[in-house]
Amino acid sequence: MALSRDEIMEKVREALVDALGVDEDEVTPEARIGGDLGAESIDYLDIVFRLEKAFNIKIPRGDLFPDNILSSDEFVQDGKLTEKGLAELKARLPYADLSQFEQNPNVQDIADLFTVDMIVGYVESKLGGEEG
Amino acid sequence: MRWIWIDRFVEFERGRRAVALKCVSLAEEHLHDHVPGFPVHPPTLMIEGMAQTAGVLVGDVFDFEEKVILAKVTRATFHRHVRPGDRLRFEAEVQGEVRHEGAAITGTITSNGNLVAEIELLFAHLDQSREPVEPGEGNFVFNEDFIRLLRMRQLRDLASDAPSPDT
Repeated sequence: MALSRDEIMEKVREALVDALGVDEDEVTPEARIGGDLGAESIDYLDIVFRLEKAFNIKIPRGDLFPDNILSSDEFVQDGKLTEKGLAELKARLPYADLSQFEQNPNVQDIADLFTVDMIVGYVESKLGGEEG
Repeated sequence: MRWIWIDRFVEFERGRRAVALKCVSLAEEHLHDHVPGFPVHPPTLMIEGMAQTAGVLVGDVFDFEEKVILAKVTRATFHRHVRPGDRLRFEAEVQGEVRHEGAAITGTITSNGNLVAEIELLFAHLDQSREPVEPGEGNFVFNEDFIRLLRMRQLRDLASDAPSPDT
């Protein structure tokens, strides 16, 4: 039986509360995983493990939190994403809202794109995709 | 001296679970110093014992080639004191499977059937998470001494897959 977006949100919230030690009410759809919820690098791996378990899905490396865009000269120049880099990021993060980021695509702001809502969107598409 | 806080593996299912034992003795110096007059095995060392049990379980999956680092103690809840003469049983289980980036572990510690602690740990493979820190330096986690120790402690089957310390 397919989960509603609210049900997915509840499970994502539980995973983030357990992984990051934050309060439930801090986990709002707009909350940034790093900036607002305080996730550090290793926490992203923890989150991936918890989501896999909670939803019984497989999350390939770099699928939810892309990790290799920044290391390419083709994608990054002078601390900003190139057009190609931006296109790559859009393709890799179809569930993130890039409208603001696009106007000034500083590499250091990429982490702000990882929001609770993005995770919910990712899980939703993953569950839909696997059923279909 | 190597910092070892388990005595023996008694069960080992590759990539799934491992069980190790630790006998707590009043001959151990730290028992006298931790809480003077009330000798108990420190919970921090139980976390270390679980990390060692689980670390070998995780390291074995890639034949001890990866640098398996304890990245996070996700949870550690302790339910009772551990006194001299107690024998601790560390049971570590991999959540899901060991991935290229690392593994999540659920562990319980019991003594004579009584629950002592519940511990969740997260391990990362160092070279998979960033640039190798010491290229060409070998594996400082599972180093020669450690592999030799595994061989000595009747973990021959386990250690036979690891690179030989003599080469």
